[in-house]
Amino acid sequence: MTVDWKEEEKSKGTSEVKSGMGAGNGTLLSVHDLHVWYELKRWGMIHAGYVKAVDGVDFDLQPGESIGIVGESGCGKTTLMRTILGLVQPIKGSIVFDGGDISKLGDHDLQFYRSEVGYVQQDPYGALPPFMDLQQILEEPMIIHGVKSKEERIARIEQVLKEIKMTPVEDFLDKFPHMLSGGQQQRAVIARAMVLEPKLLVADEPVSMLDASVRVEILRLMQDLQASHNLAVLYITHDLSTVRYFTERIFVMYAGKIVEKAQVDELLDDPQHPYTQALLTATPDPDYENALHYKKVPPGEPPSLVNPPPGCRYHTRCPHMIEGLCDVEDPPRFEPTPRHFNWCWLYDEGRKWA
Amino acid sequence: MPENNKLLRVENLKLYFSTTMGTVQAVDDVNLELGYNEAIVIVGESGCGKTSFARGVLRLLPRNVHTYSGRIYLDNIDVMKLGDEQFRRDVRWEQMSMVPQAAMNALNPVLKIGDQVAEPLITHESMEKEQAWEKAREMVEKVGVPGDFLDRYAFELSGGMRQRVILAMALVTTPLLIFLDEPTSALDVLTQANIFNVLKRLKKEMKVSFILITHDVATSSELADRVAVMYAGQIVEVGHASTFFEAPLHPYSEMLMKSVPKLKVKEEPTFITGQPPSLLGPPTGCRFAERCPKRFDKCDEEPPLVMAKGHKVKCWLYV
Repeated sequence: MTVDWKEEEKSKGTSEVKSGMGAGNGTLLSVHDLHVWYELKRWGMIHAGYVKAVDGVDFDLQPGESIGIVGESGCGKTTLMRTILGLVQPIKGSIVFDGGDISKLGDHDLQFYRSEVGYVQQDPYGALPPFMDLQQILEEPMIIHGVKSKEERIARIEQVLKEIKMTPVEDFLDKFPHMLSGGQQQRAVIARAMVLEPKLLVADEPVSMLDASVRVEILRLMQDLQASHNLAVLYITHDLSTVRYFTERIFVMYAGKIVEKAQVDELLDDPQHPYTQALLTATPDPDYENALHYKKVPPGEPPSLVNPPPGCRYHTRCPHMIEGLCDVEDPPRFEPTPRHFNWCWLYDEGRKWA
Repeated sequence: MPENNKLLRVENLKLYFSTTMGTVQAVDDVNLELGYNEAIVIVGESGCGKTSFARGVLRLLPRNVHTYSGRIYLDNIDVMKLGDEQFRRDVRWEQMSMVPQAAMNALNPVLKIGDQVAEPLITHESMEKEQAWEKAREMVEKVGVPGDFLDRYAFELSGGMRQRVILAMALVTTPLLIFLDEPTSALDVLTQANIFNVLKRLKKEMKVSFILITHDVATSSELADRVAVMYAGQIVEVGHASTFFEAPLHPYSEMLMKSVPKLKVKEEPTFITGQPPSLLGPPTGCRFAERCPKRFDKCDEEPPLVMAKGHKVKCWLYV
């Protein structure tokens, strides 16, 4: 089936930036120096500082590429995702999608942008309206995005349901969310995200609410969709063990900043940043030995994002902290091995203090 | 009454609920033994009856109970014979307590942490408030929460701290056995590792026994002495952790272990096709038969629980 309606919708765009869309130089999504701060107010009016949820994030995403963003809760990964979806406005920096800066899009173009980016929520049951059956759920985005013909919509729904292996399709169309199992609900959420043929899928912990036996099935499904649609995927998670099989690159985030970036195998086999190392040590594989000894865990908790510590934000918990450097100066980017980046002073060859 | 050196023996526990759709056989004929200072993990998919099992043993029953039968010996006393009031006063929280699922949200938002941790002491052991607070302070410090946190409210604590407070609440009456229902599923990896360190230390220092209920096989290995696998209301395999994680016997356990993505080993995880049977009218015979790749004729009959290679397995392959 063609996506003629999509071309048509796109051409209706009015703002200037729109013409840029589609003229990207091969990069699908380019996030540059992104800062997202939430303002804190006292008594609802007096400025009382900012929560610096995302504080200087840079990355490029190619079409068809999958990236895993790993970090603890409160590290800003969800804010980053919401900013990319256009739900939160950044205070500084830009997000360029397919050649167009999304902060400059007009209403109509923003709507079009949203048809290009699918969103898979964390809790499938909470994300599906309980009073709509599956057909209504899947039709709604197409109605909003101007697919006028009912036949076309039904045909598209059938096609998507076949792709996510909810067959026979007729059995599922009149089902309400509560009649589906957890895995099927998550499939429905993925179907809803895919129904507008997006180029980018943003998945926020898509399997954390599911059973172990279903998780792999859902991740495999996303992987298949990625391959067959040349879909770019941003996979946000705190679970490192699922990342290895389903993404190509991993970014590790800590307190609003990316601290390490590398190819999956590179990062898991040779973690460089002390925080990444701590995460890897703490993630268990099923093994009897685990019960016999204590795990090494860095002391303390992630810092407050209102007043993040100066210098490297991990220095308060880091066992390798270099006094006078880590707690004073922000680490720049280092590249100790090709295409494996980290932001840690330990990898500075000409360390100033030496 | 048979005497032996087990802390808990559950025999033929049945817990059925009546619903508008029919009778749900949530726990169907479960037998389980637990030694002193031992930790057993019950793993299984959601809806397999593992939480109902814990509630059944603790007699925390909802109103729509249809059948509740079997024998539960705790410290060689048949607690099923006790009346509800006596059970509440002498057993629940005195001898066994529970850390509920989503413990992060289990704290009362309008009471101070200290009042909540001290409450079991005041109601169960008729302690004076000051004394109870003193004991509560000692207990929260044991799980790694600063003593002055007792004056705070739940919203002032991070997720990991709240989880520890709940743990302190379950520990404060120094019970013999604690049920942990998905204690870390909502927490970050580092916090999770921290909590398990605390649990390991408690097991060593206070000689508590644990029944850990989870669907997360990887983290369950942090505490397990033994592993029990539950499927569709029944226990299908019980084995020592040292052999279980390496070589599970029941086809379901085997497939469950293969579905766990591993971080340090490169091994593609697989998944189990199909869904567990409805507990409204579970199939006769082996309940896993429909999804089982090793199914044969015998599987239409109910398999017995047999000993094989040191594990108890409910599968015809090992008869």
